[in-house]
Amino acid sequence: MSMPSTPSKFLEQSGYRQRRMMDALRLLPVLGLLLWLFPIFWPTGLNVSNNNDPVSTSSAVIYVFLVWGILILLSSILRWCLRHTLEQETTTDLDDMDVGKTGQ
Amino acid sequence: MDKHVLLIEDEVNIIEALRFLLSREGWTVDTHSDGASAVEKIRNIRPNLVILDYMLPGKNGLDILTELREDPSFLTLPILMLTARGQMRDREQAEKAGVSRFMTKPFSNTEVITAVRDLVQLAK
Amino acid sequence: MTSVNQLIGVSFAYVIFLFAIAFYAERAAALGRRGWLGSPLVYTLSLSIYCTAWTFYGAVGYAARSGMEFVTIYLGPSLVMIGWWWVLRKLVRIGRAQRVTSVADLISARYGKSNLLAIVVTIMAVVGVTPYIALQLQSVTLSLAIFSGPDGTNSFSQPGAAFWIAVGLAIFTVLFGTRNLNTNERHDGIVIAIAVEAGVKLVALIAVGVFVVWGIAGGIGPMMERIDTSPIGEWGVDPNRWVALTALSAAAFLCLPRMFQVLVVENQDERHLQIASWAFPLYLMLMSLFVVPIAVIGLDLMPAGSNPDLFVLTVPLAEGQIGLATLSYLGGFSSATSMVIVATLALATMVSNHIVMPVWLSVHGNGASVSGDVRNVIIFARRTSIMVIIGFGYLYYRLSGGGAALAAIGLISFVGVAQFLPAMLGGIFWRGATRTGALSGLIVGFIIWVYCSLLPSFGPGAILSLEIFENGPWGVSLLRPLALYGIEGMDATVHAMVWSLTLNTFAFIVISLLTFPDPLERLQGAQFVNVFNHSTQTRGWEATLATSEDLMIMSQRILGPTEAQNLFRVEARKQGMHGYLPEPTQAFLQNLERELSASVGAATAHAMISQLVGGASVSVQDLMAVADESAQILEYSNQLETKSDELARTARQLRDANDKLTALSVQKDAFLSQISHELRTPMTSIRSFAEILLDTEGLGKLEKTEYASIIHGETIRLTRLLDDLLDLSVLENGQVNLNVENGRLSKVLEKAILTAQAVAIRQLKVTRRHLDEAITLKTDLDRLNQVFINLITNAQKYCDADEPTLTVEVLLSDEIVSIVFADNGTPIPVSSRAVIFEKFARIEEAESGGAGLGLAICKEIMTRLGGDIRYVPNLSGNAFIVDLPR
Repeated sequence: MSMPSTPSKFLEQSGYRQRRMMDALRLLPVLGLLLWLFPIFWPTGLNVSNNNDPVSTSSAVIYVFLVWGILILLSSILRWCLRHTLEQETTTDLDDMDVGKTGQ
Repeated sequence: MDKHVLLIEDEVNIIEALRFLLSREGWTVDTHSDGASAVEKIRNIRPNLVILDYMLPGKNGLDILTELREDPSFLTLPILMLTARGQMRDREQAEKAGVSRFMTKPFSNTEVITAVRDLVQLAK
Repeated sequence: MTSVNQLIGVSFAYVIFLFAIAFYAERAAALGRRGWLGSPLVYTLSLSIYCTAWTFYGAVGYAARSGMEFVTIYLGPSLVMIGWWWVLRKLVRIGRAQRVTSVADLISARYGKSNLLAIVVTIMAVVGVTPYIALQLQSVTLSLAIFSGPDGTNSFSQPGAAFWIAVGLAIFTVLFGTRNLNTNERHDGIVIAIAVEAGVKLVALIAVGVFVVWGIAGGIGPMMERIDTSPIGEWGVDPNRWVALTALSAAAFLCLPRMFQVLVVENQDERHLQIASWAFPLYLMLMSLFVVPIAVIGLDLMPAGSNPDLFVLTVPLAEGQIGLATLSYLGGFSSATSMVIVATLALATMVSNHIVMPVWLSVHGNGASVSGDVRNVIIFARRTSIMVIIGFGYLYYRLSGGGAALAAIGLISFVGVAQFLPAMLGGIFWRGATRTGALSGLIVGFIIWVYCSLLPSFGPGAILSLEIFENGPWGVSLLRPLALYGIEGMDATVHAMVWSLTLNTFAFIVISLLTFPDPLERLQGAQFVNVFNHSTQTRGWEATLATSEDLMIMSQRILGPTEAQNLFRVEARKQGMHGYLPEPTQAFLQNLERELSASVGAATAHAMISQLVGGASVSVQDLMAVADESAQILEYSNQLETKSDELARTARQLRDANDKLTALSVQKDAFLSQISHELRTPMTSIRSFAEILLDTEGLGKLEKTEYASIIHGETIRLTRLLDDLLDLSVLENGQVNLNVENGRLSKVLEKAILTAQAVAIRQLKVTRRHLDEAITLKTDLDRLNQVFINLITNAQKYCDADEPTLTVEVLLSDEIVSIVFADNGTPIPVSSRAVIFEKFARIEEAESGGAGLGLAICKEIMTRLGGDIRYVPNLSGNAFIVDLPR
């Protein structure tokens, strides 16, 4: 995506920050996937031969929901910080579609 | 010496003016207005003086001049060249080709008459 | 204890409330007061139809049986939503840009608008989702049965209740789902109703959860202790299932027809998706927050053997919390009804669009022409489809007997619809995906799903015999439905999912690589894959010239620049226009389409032209992408030929340009000599005669008059020359004022011929056809006259025939008048033709009295008049053609 050319160094930097936040937004599901896949390595109660004690369900609940909360928080914060960029991108396109629609 | 001039020119009015001027000087005036057959004409009538325009239909004055000077019998024939093109290069080329006198149009009548008299004087 | 009748009353009241809200929303939308209807909150809540009764009741039961595994069903969708940028954004954009009506429509549109594909997807969806609808009916009747007493001895009839629920849902869906004819229309009433229901189910579940944690367990701490000491207190999730179910739920979230309906079809604003990207995971998280506590308390409090699927109801009931239980019942009721309504609507759209309508149209001949009728047929088809699908659901419920088989249907259904995923994702990210590939993948996946998942779910002996389960069909143990290829000990769901999706994807990719897409398919593929690249460029296509330009660019890509430009220039000239952009008239478009189809085939050519000219849906870039490919293929076959042709062409062009430049430079070099000559020659006569008049004494009166008239004539000649020069300069600088008026062509010609003949030395015979000249022109008649005089005078001067003749002809085309002046003289030498319209250009330095400005002036005049003047050599002489716009 193209960022508008900006005159001052400050804006240049904010543009850079925006792009990196965009990267973060895109990578967020990967983070979520990794964190939520983690429980597959936990010792289970089914596996008796394992000398580790199985993870208790309460810890599992806390872990899963903690990850959930973090993801939701990050997702909403990133979306809020990027709202102008995202807004710009969608509104211009949506105008087009409305034009197309009235033509039908 | 006979006073027989051949006027090679394609502008009717200029021919008219020159004929008037030269007649008054006692010249017999012949005219010819085609470039291509001009050399042949000169060979036929053997004039004592040729007044030659630069821009002619068929063949231009410079070419006619060059061809004439290549013939030894015309080496000393007085040739007065007139041009309306007014370019320095034309004069240089004409002088190289052996023109007797080179004049630019529009000319003054006295100039032409003087030039003709000079040329006749030289030829004697 | 609440009686069933009371509960039915509450249900009725609730349903009437939903009707009212839906009705109000439709009214508001119709009046254009969308306001809060179109808020991201409503969009987010409408997504909650993902949480059906199966998840509302079933999640607790699931947790009671398998601990934390239940949560995978929510993790997949959460990840999909958080990763909205990757897939959902594109799906929504394509859905909006392409006016997609369903999953089947999406897949069919992507693969060249193939109806076969749409039918396959529709059938798969119906087969996969109908049991799910049955499951909803079952859960509502089961929950009603709970209230009728633990022993179920009440007069309450479960099948009867299921029937009336089905009828009610059918009425609601018909009323609010088929109100609008436009398939792509949003269903505001339904969306708002399911948003309200989403709120109710969330509140209900949280209320039960809060009651359980704080009311029964006594706070979070004690609750956690109770969890760890419960039968599900230890982490016991099979890693395979954990991963597989997360992936499966993510896939199903994208592929379920009802999810596609709310995510894509009902989406009003792409920004809502951005909000929902975190808000919907939050909803899911809240929905699952209290599942484990409720399950643990249920296991603790309820007698052994009671159905854990109904703990959400039975725990509050056992604690005497009638109000809470009723709320909980409404939550379950909401989950079930909203799912049935949207799923039915989505399926009905697919069935009516892809099965009923094509059949109807083929039965009724060419249906496209009977536009008035079709709208009613669509409505009827959709309503019938809704009733049939809900009928199927009810039938399935009755036939399956409402047993445990039904409870397992959730995941089975997920695996079934997940079969759409390869074709869907491949279609929007991979341009190489083909229709045959998609079809193969879908069918392979579907067969494996039916064999490994759907049929075994009825249990041994129901449809597949025990023999097949044990030893495989015909004794081939490699084909046992639960252990394909001899892989045993795998969980049945994981087994079915892995095999079906792997082989589905494999078939899809391999067949796509092996087959060749048709042009429309490629066009659509390019549009889907590049949906973000072109949507901003569709703007401004209404402008006809822009369309001409687009056509030109596209044609150049396919025909090659020279051919395309020639085609366009010829057409432009025919239309009497300059340059190479003709108006896109009907005739021209047909011609162009023929030309294009010679290169790329009729279908693509048609699609390209109609899309370009028709406007909005395809942008030039899309066509370009396809055109590029076609051009490449053509190029491979005759690359060398093209290359050498091109080189020869370039060389020829260079030579022509060089010749013209050299000729021009010689002409320009002669400019000074020329102008000097033209001015000095008359001045010589003037000066000479003036001096004669001055210096000569005794001139006769006759002579004096003659010489004076010569001077006079020469000054006129000079004046004319200066006039011409000035005229040309004015024309060239474009400072000329045109005096446009109406006049007969015949009159202008008449006048020009008279004027020219009056001054002529030699007479020229002029042949005319007066009938043709009887047309009216609107132009500067004096200037036109000037051009005519010039041409006639030229013919007089230069025509060297024994009997010089000039033939004047008038040729009419649609938008142009051509006046031809043809003489019978010697044609102008080829070497001079290129420069005859240049200033001071004269043939072979011929002296003819003119300054060589005439044709240059004519050219300038004709340009100013919006026409042209051309030289054409003909067999018997020269022809000058004057073109004028009509």
